[in-house]
Amino acid sequence: MTTTHVAQFSVPFTRHLESDGTAVGALPPFAGNPVDLVPLYRGMVLARIFDAKAVALQRTGRLGTFASSLGQEAVGVGAASAMAADDVLVPSFRDQAAQLWRGVTPVELLLYWGGDERGSDFAGPREDFPISVPVASHVPHAAGIALALKLRQQARGVLCIVGDGATSKGDFYEALNLAGVWRLPLVVLVNNNQWAISVPRSAQSAAATLAQKAIAAGIPGEQVDGNDVIAVRERVALALERARSGGGASLIEALTYRLADHTTADDARRYRDDAEVSTHWHGEPVARLRAYLVSRKAWSRDDEERALADAAAEIDRAAETYLATPPQPVWAMFDHLFAALPAALASQRAQAIAGGTGDA
Amino acid sequence: MPDATLVEAINFALARAMQDDQRVLILGEDVGKDGGVFRATDGLLARFGPARVLDTPLAEVAIAGVCVGLAAQGFRPVAEIQFMGFAYATIDQLLNHAARLRSRTRGRLTCPMVLRTPCGAGIHAPEHHSESGEACFTNIPGLRVVIPSSPQRGYGLLLAAIRDPDPVVFLEPTRLYRATREPIMDDGTALPLDRCFTLREGNDVTLVGWGGVTREMLSAAERLAAEGTEAEVIDVATLVPLDAETILASVAKTGRCVICHEAPLTGGFGAEIAAQLAGPGLLSMLAPVERVTGYDTIVPLSRLERHYLPSADRILAAVRRTLSHG
Repeated sequence: MTTTHVAQFSVPFTRHLESDGTAVGALPPFAGNPVDLVPLYRGMVLARIFDAKAVALQRTGRLGTFASSLGQEAVGVGAASAMAADDVLVPSFRDQAAQLWRGVTPVELLLYWGGDERGSDFAGPREDFPISVPVASHVPHAAGIALALKLRQQARGVLCIVGDGATSKGDFYEALNLAGVWRLPLVVLVNNNQWAISVPRSAQSAAATLAQKAIAAGIPGEQVDGNDVIAVRERVALALERARSGGGASLIEALTYRLADHTTADDARRYRDDAEVSTHWHGEPVARLRAYLVSRKAWSRDDEERALADAAAEIDRAAETYLATPPQPVWAMFDHLFAALPAALASQRAQAIAGGTGDA
Repeated sequence: MPDATLVEAINFALARAMQDDQRVLILGEDVGKDGGVFRATDGLLARFGPARVLDTPLAEVAIAGVCVGLAAQGFRPVAEIQFMGFAYATIDQLLNHAARLRSRTRGRLTCPMVLRTPCGAGIHAPEHHSESGEACFTNIPGLRVVIPSSPQRGYGLLLAAIRDPDPVVFLEPTRLYRATREPIMDDGTALPLDRCFTLREGNDVTLVGWGGVTREMLSAAERLAAEGTEAEVIDVATLVPLDAETILASVAKTGRCVICHEAPLTGGFGAEIAAQLAGPGLLSMLAPVERVTGYDTIVPLSRLERHYLPSADRILAAVRRTLSHG
């Protein structure tokens, strides 16, 4: 008998900023001048303030169930800032940081979470997908979009964001495998925030990393510090560049932590200790980048106050616009079902209109 | 005018659609060199090349999901799932995404895709190859469900499905694939996706059904004619949207209706037609509605499948019961 090793793999991990904001070695070119990082910082602050506002609106009965991205802002902002305008984002339901960066407006996001389909009719990134609620079911869509771009020979890429729980699902793997064998211009980014509602990462998979799930699909897999916006942006940018230039698909696992409940309908105290959450506030992405910017004299207390006030004002205005937006007419549920409403549905549409709001 | 079987007509329609519209792509398992397990895509790879006829990995969910992405990007994907028993995995994609993409984005993104799959029993196939699961799809808003019963209708309806701007599930009865051969017009003419086909006119009783069982309906109608009873035979063909008008108009004339389908009785799509007859059609009815269907059992393996399938005899017996009412 002979036994040989026919394949060997490793999973790299990248970090540029330590949890206290200290830079480890030379930063990538886009981060050479700290001032250039200020937009990333503002993007994360905007997402955090948006989340706080959305939770407040939900708590006061003015928004539906909402999934905060508290603590994971660097994943969304880092990834979205690595995208070209004509790349396509296929997001999960916790990706408002990426969506806001891409030009989805706070009003649109609030409309969606407030129960209005018009919130997914983005005026900005028209080809971006709406968020996917069924976990991992959108990864095949991202592969399909990537196939479309490849067939048209366009130098564009697709970024799909999923959570750690998604990596346990078949559709995640089916799409990754297909993207590997067809060398599709796709980057799948796992926001590993350690919790899938109440199930911790350790109970989700026996794999040492989620990034290594790429190995079975024959594509590069790597980890990145998901609380380090510089590292996320750098690694996603490299993967997207590889995708656009014909190098195929990639999987990136961003290690971060869900500082909030799963959604406003969840109470995380039922299944995890406050002490655990407290420890993860150390090293969270906003404070981390702020510490770096302050240490490089690129950010001041005044800058901070102004940035917070500007973001709060923008989100407050958006909330007012959302709250002042009347609901769609009742027939909207029929008028977007098919390109043209089949005659068979005409009487139901008429009934819905006659029935008014259904209060009777 | 070439003679063609249903599966050849499907092949002609696919080729015609691909020739007419560069956006049309074929994807599925073994659809390339192999031409599909039933040969529906035979020759398309050679003719249109590997960028338009794609053999996929063995992954039904990915096939359906990739179609959603392709369609949203402006392609017209036509996916093949090898057997209906394997198509159920795609329901997540069809229900949660394909059928609602237009609605949930208020028209920003749309999903003009076709998911073809063979269906039905009667060819002594292995387990999971003989299902009639149309009712699993007909309760999905935003999705059209089509099932042809002849070569020409297969051709025209598939062309219409591919050209339609919304998602369509296209079910192909395996036992009709090669059952008959008829001259078909391969001229690119599509058929409407919201109209029943009246296969035979008659004033005494209405037989309503679709897919494979239309054969037994026609055979029953011939035997009835020999006895002096004229049955009207309606092939529903486009289950969603349902052309209830044609059915109700027929029953207004005959007053009696036998609904036939291979799928199980309870919750089968025939129940929706029966509900139409019990509602707007009630005052036309001279006899209770009869349903002749597969049983509420697992479709049996090949040795028993002929006992499961609605037969012309069972249809005749049901017709006689309806005729026995005043």
